[in-house]
Amino acid sequence: MTIAPDKPNATELVVPEGHVKLVIDGVEVVAPKGELLIRTAERLGTVIPRFCDHPLLEPAGACRQCLVEVEMGGRPMPKPQASCTMTVADGMVVKTQLTSPVADKAQQGVMELLLINHPLDCPVCDKGGECPLQNQAIAHGRSDSRFHEHKRTFPKPINISTQVLLDRERCVLCQRCTRFSAQIAGDPFIELLERGAQQQIGVAQEKPFQSYFSGNTIQICPVGALTSAAYRFRARPFDLVSTPSICEHCSSGCAERTDWRRGKVQRKLAGDDPQVNEEWICDKGRFAFRYATTADRIRRPLVRDAATGELRESSWTEALQVAAAGLAAARDAHGVGVLTGGRLTVEDAYAYSKFARIALRTNDIDFRARPHSAEELEFLSGTTVFTNPDNGVTFGGIESAPAALLVAFEPEEEAPIVFLRLRKAARRGTTKVFHLGQFTTPAVEKTFGTLLACVPGAEANAINALPDHASDVVDLLGKPGAVILVGERAAEIPGAFTAVARLAERTGAKVAWIPRRAGERGALAVGATPNLLPGGRHVANASARTEVERTWGVEEGTIPATPGRDTTGILTAAANGELSGLVVGGVDPFDLPDPVLAQKALAGAGFVVSLELRPSAVTAHADVVLPIAPTVEKSGSYLNWEGRRREFGTTLEGTGALSDCRVLDTLAVEMDADLFTQTPAAAAADLARLGEGVPSGSSLNVAAPLQSPAGPGKAVLATWHRLLGNGSLQVDEPHLAGTARPVVAKVAEVTATQFGLETGGYVTVSTERGAMTLPVETDDLPEGVIWLPTNSGDVTVRATLGAGHGSIVSVSAGSSLGVTS
Amino acid sequence: MTQAPESTTFDQATADRAQAIIARYPQPRSALLPMLHLVQSVEGYVSQEGIRFCAGQLDLTEAEVSAVATFYTMYKRRPCGEHLVSVCTNTLCAALGGDEIYSTLKNHLGVGHDETAGEPGTPGSITLEHAECLAACDLGPVLQVNYEFYDNQTPEKALGLVKALQSGERPAPTRGAPLTDFKQAELQLAGFFEGRDADLDGPSAAPETLRGAEIAQERGWDAPAVPANAEFPALPEKK
Amino acid sequence: MVDPLTPVLTKRWTEPRSWTIETYERTGGYTALPKALKAHPDQLIQQCKDSGLRGRGGAGFPTGMKWGFIPQGDGKPHYLVINADEGEPGTCKDIPLMMADPHSLIEGVIITSYAIRANFAAIYVRGEALHCIRRLNAAVREAYAKGYLGKNVLGSGFDLDVVVHAGAGAYICGEETALLDSLEGRRGQPRLKPPFPATSGLYASPTVVNNVETIASVPFIVNGGADWFREMGRDRSPGPKIYSLSGHVTNPGQYEAPMGTTLRQLLEMAGGMKDGIPLKFWTPGGSSTPLFTAEHLDVPLDFEGAAEAGSMLGTTAVQVFNETVSVPWAVMKWTEFYKHESCGKCTPCREGTYWLVQILQRMVAGNGTASDIDTLLDVCDNILGRSFCALGDGAVSPITSGIKYFKDEFLALCDQNSAKNRANSVLAGANA
Ligand SMILES: Cc1cc2nc3c(=O)[nH]c(=O)nc-3n(C[C@H](O)[C@H](O)[C@H](O)COP(=O)(O)O)c2cc1C
Ligand code: SF4
Ligand code: FES
Repeated sequence: MTIAPDKPNATELVVPEGHVKLVIDGVEVVAPKGELLIRTAERLGTVIPRFCDHPLLEPAGACRQCLVEVEMGGRPMPKPQASCTMTVADGMVVKTQLTSPVADKAQQGVMELLLINHPLDCPVCDKGGECPLQNQAIAHGRSDSRFHEHKRTFPKPINISTQVLLDRERCVLCQRCTRFSAQIAGDPFIELLERGAQQQIGVAQEKPFQSYFSGNTIQICPVGALTSAAYRFRARPFDLVSTPSICEHCSSGCAERTDWRRGKVQRKLAGDDPQVNEEWICDKGRFAFRYATTADRIRRPLVRDAATGELRESSWTEALQVAAAGLAAARDAHGVGVLTGGRLTVEDAYAYSKFARIALRTNDIDFRARPHSAEELEFLSGTTVFTNPDNGVTFGGIESAPAALLVAFEPEEEAPIVFLRLRKAARRGTTKVFHLGQFTTPAVEKTFGTLLACVPGAEANAINALPDHASDVVDLLGKPGAVILVGERAAEIPGAFTAVARLAERTGAKVAWIPRRAGERGALAVGATPNLLPGGRHVANASARTEVERTWGVEEGTIPATPGRDTTGILTAAANGELSGLVVGGVDPFDLPDPVLAQKALAGAGFVVSLELRPSAVTAHADVVLPIAPTVEKSGSYLNWEGRRREFGTTLEGTGALSDCRVLDTLAVEMDADLFTQTPAAAAADLARLGEGVPSGSSLNVAAPLQSPAGPGKAVLATWHRLLGNGSLQVDEPHLAGTARPVVAKVAEVTATQFGLETGGYVTVSTERGAMTLPVETDDLPEGVIWLPTNSGDVTVRATLGAGHGSIVSVSAGSSLGVTS
Repeated sequence: MTQAPESTTFDQATADRAQAIIARYPQPRSALLPMLHLVQSVEGYVSQEGIRFCAGQLDLTEAEVSAVATFYTMYKRRPCGEHLVSVCTNTLCAALGGDEIYSTLKNHLGVGHDETAGEPGTPGSITLEHAECLAACDLGPVLQVNYEFYDNQTPEKALGLVKALQSGERPAPTRGAPLTDFKQAELQLAGFFEGRDADLDGPSAAPETLRGAEIAQERGWDAPAVPANAEFPALPEKK
Repeated sequence: MVDPLTPVLTKRWTEPRSWTIETYERTGGYTALPKALKAHPDQLIQQCKDSGLRGRGGAGFPTGMKWGFIPQGDGKPHYLVINADEGEPGTCKDIPLMMADPHSLIEGVIITSYAIRANFAAIYVRGEALHCIRRLNAAVREAYAKGYLGKNVLGSGFDLDVVVHAGAGAYICGEETALLDSLEGRRGQPRLKPPFPATSGLYASPTVVNNVETIASVPFIVNGGADWFREMGRDRSPGPKIYSLSGHVTNPGQYEAPMGTTLRQLLEMAGGMKDGIPLKFWTPGGSSTPLFTAEHLDVPLDFEGAAEAGSMLGTTAVQVFNETVSVPWAVMKWTEFYKHESCGKCTPCREGTYWLVQILQRMVAGNGTASDIDTLLDVCDNILGRSFCALGDGAVSPITSGIKYFKDEFLALCDQNSAKNRANSVLAGANA
């Protein structure tokens, strides 16, 4: 945009194609066609007051706070116009409250009317101090009130969900919350009820506001009508310090603002990042932060006492010495494997990667604390690792894609902000969304999507059959900008990555891999995998190795020349005594494809060092436990699924907690190796010196398996994680947990009949490992398929059944809830 | 099992009717208003179960249906009486005696606005309300029973009417069909008139309605004569 | 000179069983339709433009022009929606019309749909008009049976389905965009304009919304031609109009007279003021049109005439009040109506009517002060032209016009207030 110079006539304003010229408060301005007056004025520096207006919601024009005077073609419009609904036009002359007494009076009048029924409870209101209504009233309102009548009252706040409270007396009925829910989230569970002066926001009886995005309504409420159960009355905005941050939960990498006081996080808000999360975050990102302050957090190093066999607190010096000695011995025996988990920052993951190579001299490192496959690794290291926002799929790319094919990816559960973009695009009618999955999930409906249903494990076949069975999908994917989004569960489906790569080749569609956890892309980029060094360099490539060794200043030959073991390989080797030690960074064994193997490995490994925030199943087997900092207590960056670097500073300074990279750096020193990762910044600088490697291409060639029938009494299991479940970062958040979706199994009607399952009844699902019983519902799954949430409530598919997506399980009618193993 | 659990109140016939309503429109959601009338024809009000029924039929959330059900005054929140008596108390009717009629009935029935005298649904039970302008101003003051018109009322007439209703009589409306009950009326509002052809013949033209036309007849006044063969204008040029 | 009364729409009402298709056909009904179907749709639009027909729903928008806004060849379905929500206080013309002569509306619907290339039309009737809904439904069934509706109307190749849709009690649903939302099964709250219904109406498709009386006029225009129609009424407001006379007149009722007829003429036909009690104030076209007084007896009641005299023609719902009625009381009652019917969407109307009602109730109860009058006027000023839709504008009409012509009465209430403090005197009210 150009703003005219002081003397408007001195130079003619150039009006580019698709723009118009108008005058606002006497200043000539050029604006893109279709821009709303309220925004044009804002770019000029004039803030027109508003309540219902929100740049990401469709205009409503409801509150009437933003009235301005408008002249068109030399003729004044008879009434003041809502600047939040009127678009700019050539030759328009606009007078805001700054130059028009009419606009000023209109705005004052609306303000007065908004206040007549608003309680005077600012001192006890959560919004006090950051309330647009309060600010407006103080800045522009009348000092006296002419309203001497009865204020409208409502019984005090009502819970519209376990985490959102509504105080109807404070509500100004701007409808931002209902419009958000209906338009952005697609969860119209809160609505305007009643009419006229009795109009109010509400939910249906016994139908709370169950949405993964409900917290956004609290944030966009321009008054204190919506408050969060978790934050309510905990702090005053002016007592809080706000620090920009990046969400640590999923791979979207949302910008956030963390508000804290006296060393404690009080709340998180969505940051404004048009390229990534716009102004939204999911409820997990907003509300799940108390895991970092649980009572059982490990704050001191622990060392297993030789005498008692118990862990005891120790000094850092002792712990590091014991760890270094133990690891060195293990390294020199059969070697040490490194499991880093998927939640590390780029800098921390880099430290593990480097630690493995130069302190442990191994490529036995893998970040994948979840089902994984060699095919996946081939795909990730051949293509994904080299994608970035300049050459790959982005949020913006999704928004403009003519078509998106989702393969083994449940966006609302796994990467909610990706889901919001898909919905936004689909709602606009420009993007067709295809879901290759098992049933019509809420996300399929809310993205106006088409379900391409197949039996779990048969996704690769389904993709290969698309040209014959759904040529329209293939045609659409052939349009420029089309995308294929692949989720983490593709690793459980033989041939899936191969099929995706072929489809992409055939259609030209871009492929993005969207993992569930915030640290996975970063770990991949820094070589926390058995086959890669930082920058996507292959370990088997001698010149790449040399390049890394030189930059690291280590002896040639330090880095082993052959790819190491993957997660399952490491665990198997440890269980068999083929590895002598393990370094484990925040891995929950029950997330692993085979928790029994994991337990065996932890028990079998001679020496285990665990870098942990809280006690876990690893702790029980650890010889040394080194406490590390949660995200808020360190700086660093995540690489989101786009490959976009999401850097953040320390929110809570001086807690004394150390980031993984610092701990590993010191540990390495004890082992006579220098990582140069004393701080995240140092680690980042060290990493930057390496730059990127040269893509070597991938040779994906895994055949899609032939599916054999499950057999009598058996079904094929479909499973994925829900956004809200038993994840370890969601502990201590009862309000959040209250909005998790109900834990049920799903089968097709015919399958229910075959297995004798009753409507509203229970189903027992079992393997030779164990069994569990839960309520069952019917849905549009393929015949012979049963779906379970992977890790929600009592349903722990991996821990109890040792099963995964595509496994064969036994199914029978169950009588009561429970788990047996 | 994804469908709403079998409703005990809304049987298959009602569900079929709901589907018939949906079939009238290019888009299903348009059926919501008539469907809420249908719900009232079954229950005498819109209950939570009724809301669930509509949500299920139209694939809407219960909040979306509640938002609609609470917006319109004709959807009742509590079970209605056998009859709904609506007295116009808008300015004109009120000035002509509507306010008095309303207060007379209020006193007689011992209930206020939107309240029911007697056990809702039982014979002789009456829900009273004051209504906004009922579009019968030339016949004011008016009241309606189950949306049939009783014109040119007085407090005495209205009281007589209500007493008759309470004792099980169904005095004929001035304009409208023979009186049934609130639920029957709601069924017709939902668009189901089966077996009630005779209702059509219920009177509609009060003297007031015909006044202008009759005066014109008497006085020989008329609109200008229609030309025998009016021509259409030429087809306008396409721009 | 045309006659003082020109029954066109109301003429058939006196026929026995006027609502049946037999009566309708016997009295010249369904003769315009075959003619119209032989014409080009654009000729019908042109004829409507030539006739000068203006909307009878209150705003008086030229009907032919509205039809002409419908984009042609856009590949979208088009819709016709009849506004039969008749809820404006005082208005009582559409419901008798639909009860007495539903087929004239249906014939008008068919012709209009053909002209605007719509294959689906809805008649949105306020729910409280049950008898009217019955008659309309029956008439639609009759029309289907006779081949006037359905596939291939009268062999013309034109298809049309008509549904009669019952509202559920909300005055705002008479506002055309609120009506469309309501017809789509939503809360009846008005929509942003633009986009206008002509491009994005029902189901976001091009839609014409017209009043009952407007569309019932169409068959007569097709049969009589534009010039015939223009013989009645005035140049810019041609045609006959149903004036609904109610209140303190000897013979209230429906009087179909040429546009521009005055209240004096109407009162003459209606036998004058009831019981000879003098006229005090009246509405020319419903409560949303500013009040007139005896000084406006000779204002020609057409769109221009009413506007020039400081009010609006509205729906020609002439509500007549005599000297027994307290203006502040009447204004309070109307304001209570607007408060009850405010949809709640926008602040000025929702909160403003809430406030106004309380001040007026207090004043009428004798607890007003002179400054309340200023507050009333200022709150009105903050509503008028600031609301989202015209309901808010209408809500202030009785107050501002009432104070304009009868400020003394408002002041008297305040005086009485101070008097009461002294002597506890009787309150003023209706029929006081
Ligand atoms: C609050 C409000 C209520 C209205 N009520 C009605 C009504 O009941 N009937 C009607 O025909 N028009 C009503 N209108 C006018 C309509 O919005 C619209 O102008 C009309 O239906 C157009 O038809 P016409 O051009 O044939 O008059 C109302 C307008 C407003 C603002
Ligand atoms: S003026 Fe505002 S609140 Fe009133 S009816 Fe119109 S939109 Fe609704
Ligand atoms: S901000 Fe413009 S009307 Fe609300």
